Amino acid sequence: MRVSGKGLINRETVLNFKFNGQLFQGFAGDTLASALLANDQRLVARSFKYHRPRGIMTAGSEEPNALVTIYRSGSQEPNTRATVQPLYEGLVAQPQNAWPSLKFDALGVNDLLSPFLAAGFYYKTFMWPRAFWERVYEPFIRHAAGLGALAAAYDHDLYEKAYAHCDVLIIGAGPSGLMAALAAARAGLDVILADENDRVGGRLLSEVEEVGSVAGHIWAEGIGAELVGLANVKVMTNSTVTGAYDQGTYGALERVGHHLHAAPKGLPLETFWRITAKRTILCAGALERQIAFKDNDRPGIMTASGMRSYLNRYGVSPGQKIAIFGNNSDAHRTARDFSNAGVDVVAMIDSRSGVLAQGDYPVYAGTHVVGTSGRLGLRSITIRQDGELNTIKCDALGVSGGWNPSVHLTCHMNGRPVWDAGLASFLPQEDAIPGMSVAGAAAGTMSTAGALAQGYEMAQSAAKDLGKRPRAFDLPSAEDAPYEIEPFWDVGGKGRAWLDFQNDVTTKDVKQAAQENFRSVEHMKRYTTQGMATDQGKNSNVTALAVLADATGRGIPETGTTTFRPPYVPVAMAALGAGGHGKGFAPERLLTSDAATRALNAPMIETGLWYRPSYFPQAGETHWRQSCDREVTMVRNTVGVCDVSTLGKIDIQGPDAVTFLDLLYTNSFASLKLRRVRYGLMLREDGHVMDDGTCARLGESHYLMTTTTAAAGQVMRHMDFVHQALRPDLDVSFTSVTEHWAQFAVAGPQARTLLNGILDSKISDKNMPYMGCAAVQLGAVSGRLFRISFSGEHAYELAVPASYGDSLFRLLCDHAYALGGGPYGMEALNVLRLEKGFITHAEIHGRTTAFDIGMARMISDKKDCIGKTMAARPGLIGVERDQLVGLRPVVELEKIIPGAHLFELDAVPIRENDQGYVTSMCYSPTVESVIAQAFLRDGRNRIGEIVKMVEHLSGSTTLCLVCTTVFFDPEGGRLRG
Amino acid sequence: MRIGCPLCGVRDRREFYYAGHAGALDRPDPAASAKIWDDYLHNRDNPAGLTEDLWHHESGCGAWLVVRRNTVSHAVLSARLAKGDQL
Repeated sequence: MRVSGKGLINRETVLNFKFNGQLFQGFAGDTLASALLANDQRLVARSFKYHRPRGIMTAGSEEPNALVTIYRSGSQEPNTRATVQPLYEGLVAQPQNAWPSLKFDALGVNDLLSPFLAAGFYYKTFMWPRAFWERVYEPFIRHAAGLGALAAAYDHDLYEKAYAHCDVLIIGAGPSGLMAALAAARAGLDVILADENDRVGGRLLSEVEEVGSVAGHIWAEGIGAELVGLANVKVMTNSTVTGAYDQGTYGALERVGHHLHAAPKGLPLETFWRITAKRTILCAGALERQIAFKDNDRPGIMTASGMRSYLNRYGVSPGQKIAIFGNNSDAHRTARDFSNAGVDVVAMIDSRSGVLAQGDYPVYAGTHVVGTSGRLGLRSITIRQDGELNTIKCDALGVSGGWNPSVHLTCHMNGRPVWDAGLASFLPQEDAIPGMSVAGAAAGTMSTAGALAQGYEMAQSAAKDLGKRPRAFDLPSAEDAPYEIEPFWDVGGKGRAWLDFQNDVTTKDVKQAAQENFRSVEHMKRYTTQGMATDQGKNSNVTALAVLADATGRGIPETGTTTFRPPYVPVAMAALGAGGHGKGFAPERLLTSDAATRALNAPMIETGLWYRPSYFPQAGETHWRQSCDREVTMVRNTVGVCDVSTLGKIDIQGPDAVTFLDLLYTNSFASLKLRRVRYGLMLREDGHVMDDGTCARLGESHYLMTTTTAAAGQVMRHMDFVHQALRPDLDVSFTSVTEHWAQFAVAGPQARTLLNGILDSKISDKNMPYMGCAAVQLGAVSGRLFRISFSGEHAYELAVPASYGDSLFRLLCDHAYALGGGPYGMEALNVLRLEKGFITHAEIHGRTTAFDIGMARMISDKKDCIGKTMAARPGLIGVERDQLVGLRPVVELEKIIPGAHLFELDAVPIRENDQGYVTSMCYSPTVESVIAQAFLRDGRNRIGEIVKMVEHLSGSTTLCLVCTTVFFDPEGGRLRG
Repeated sequence: MRIGCPLCGVRDRREFYYAGHAGALDRPDPAASAKIWDDYLHNRDNPAGLTEDLWHHESGCGAWLVVRRNTVSHAVLSARLAKGDQL
């Protein structure tokens, strides 16, 4: 119910919303949780395991119970905590874990079965019979498992990622955070102040107290306004810092569009920030914990501080008759505030003896709550005072077991919190995160005056650390009452007392874990699932380990905590991966001929980040093989054009260029003449083949290296390493020019005719012999021509600056058409190279040596090169190696499958008998057969043998004839002709 | 993680390519024993504490760096050019 005269909400602005199919009204400034409580909706959820009725428990992001699904236009977002969901006009929310309805939940039967569903139930039960696992247990568990549901449709919500840098990051904008930010800002530091609330003030928004003789929230608003006005301060509200990482890096989740029903175009729902800070001041406050007593999970039972937040911040009382149960002085604030607001406080039950009321409400000192009643909402509590039981009627109970400082972020880099007996809480370990200091309640400083002073002090010392002169100023007066607590965790007795509300873990489960020897806190956690829900046990972990400590006869510090890991609050994968879907998943590298290629309806294939044409279909062709076969025949008979710009191109210059090349390549480049091209082979230092390609000598000490498409980056990196790390003395410079040149293969008997139709000066065998290169002119455009061939045909590669690539490709195609030729794609390129026995990275896949591919002789014995020593080591050469051979099926057109393994004819096809594997295959229209390349044990000595190819996945077997890798024109006459 | 590139300043880890221990700088003589080559190529210490390894500023200046860091605290202590001080 609403309480008049209370709250920071705007009662002028009424907001309509729907929950569980029912219409309600709230006010601007409400959260979904406060609006539900204002409408007396105590039952909002069902628990995960037992489907127990649950209500709102907290007023913050630590909420374990009130998880709902929010429906926006076109999207649904599960597992939203109602306590952090701002109310907006038209909000639609549904409860989760409830079927068929919130009031009657069929799986509530689990609650009746609870004696059988205790900790370890799954581990013990679903063990046998074994055959039951897939058919019975797994489907059952899968049906019951999972929290909330996604829409199973494309997520149209926009998410973003962002980066920020600052001198000081201040986490939390309560009293300590605001004061730290002010002091840091006045010292001239660049400040980021992040808080997960939509306004600054922290606990001041929820308390009745004055700071500097004005209401705390007014003071906070004033400081907030001052900070927002400063150029060196960035105030990030709605932003939860989720993790602390190396070198002052922090993750933060900003909820940008959650307060809107439909975000305007371009506004993200969430932004994930990576913030880098030289210093950090953690002012994250503290979270209130529960006390375990029988049936402490009914709707209407909540944290005492949460209750106070609803009253003071939202003008809401969660009930008509309020009771409070606590073990500390702070709990009395709730009794006092409700009593002062005119709400009926029926009992302040304090486990401590001899405590007095601070206002007009009855106090039961030295008393415990031992039970509750009310199936769908609290009706009464039972208390025990001096051994006597009494029942008190109430519909809301606030519980305070004390405060846990929010040490989470201090533990993200292996810090372990330190037990403080006086506060009965864990405090942050000092210097657990380099550059981070802690102030306020997070450091165990529980009074407002103390928090202000500590925030100020930490900012001053950060300023000094960073070489700034701190500016001294007076602190406002504030509440400075001592915080008094007597540890009290578990009322005990029969019945179930809840610890982890979301995962339904009771004190009994923890005690049972201890009994079954899961005594380590980490083991207990995993056995009971304590703290493993989306709230990560923020309210319950410390109480659970206190119960474990008691059950194992150890102290709390010896029992220790489980590991705190990021993120502090759940972060949607969509926020972490923002920008990484659709075109944002990977960059696309497009050829200069891309538009012309797609205009010819060529299907594109990805090679790395590049998009290249598979084939160029013509009218009447219905299968890619028809196009491919035609293109191969076209190149063999007339002329074909293919964009080969994706090959890596590295321009190398300098007096020591040739010495450098000789170190990189296995073969010698010292003898390469001007305007000539040479094939080169490169090894890794471990003796295996890294890459192959060509290198052209363009000038006296000017070379142009080409690499394969796949290895372009690796080769460039390797060259940087060899030069900088091994031979910095060499006077050589090189740079990648891959994108600067568009390069086209022109291949086939008519290649020269075609080129002579477009080049300014005619070429001949004399001025452009096989493996020659030269600068050429195409009108005003200067290009380069290389007579090299990857098809085995008389062929050239013509390069022009990339900006001319598109027009050159169109020109080459037009000239090719006139000669009966045309463009060809990757499929034909692969067939052409296989017919000639050329290799690709299917063969030089990183585990093969020059010896394996039959190029051992390319390792010059006159010089050193990278990989030379290791290439000669035992085991990398010899008959035991799998060597490159050709294969063709014995029975024409039978399948050969890349990846399939080879066996001797009469051998059982098992691993022990493995003789090698197929790397590439195609149908060759030229030799009218399936042809393939394979690695075969001692293969070069087995030409003419018949081996058995077995492909275990499909169960295919094909008998293959072992042959040389060259299937066409073995003399190479066509290359030179 | 950020690395202070001597040429470019402090840059995000994602600009760098990691290439293992800085021992790779000490390439053995081609005639050295198989054991020496084996050690050079394959055998690495796994220190808890200080180590030096190689990072390539691949999306930056292209420099190979020797980065001193602590494997326990993840602190990045220094970075120098693999080719030496001569720019």
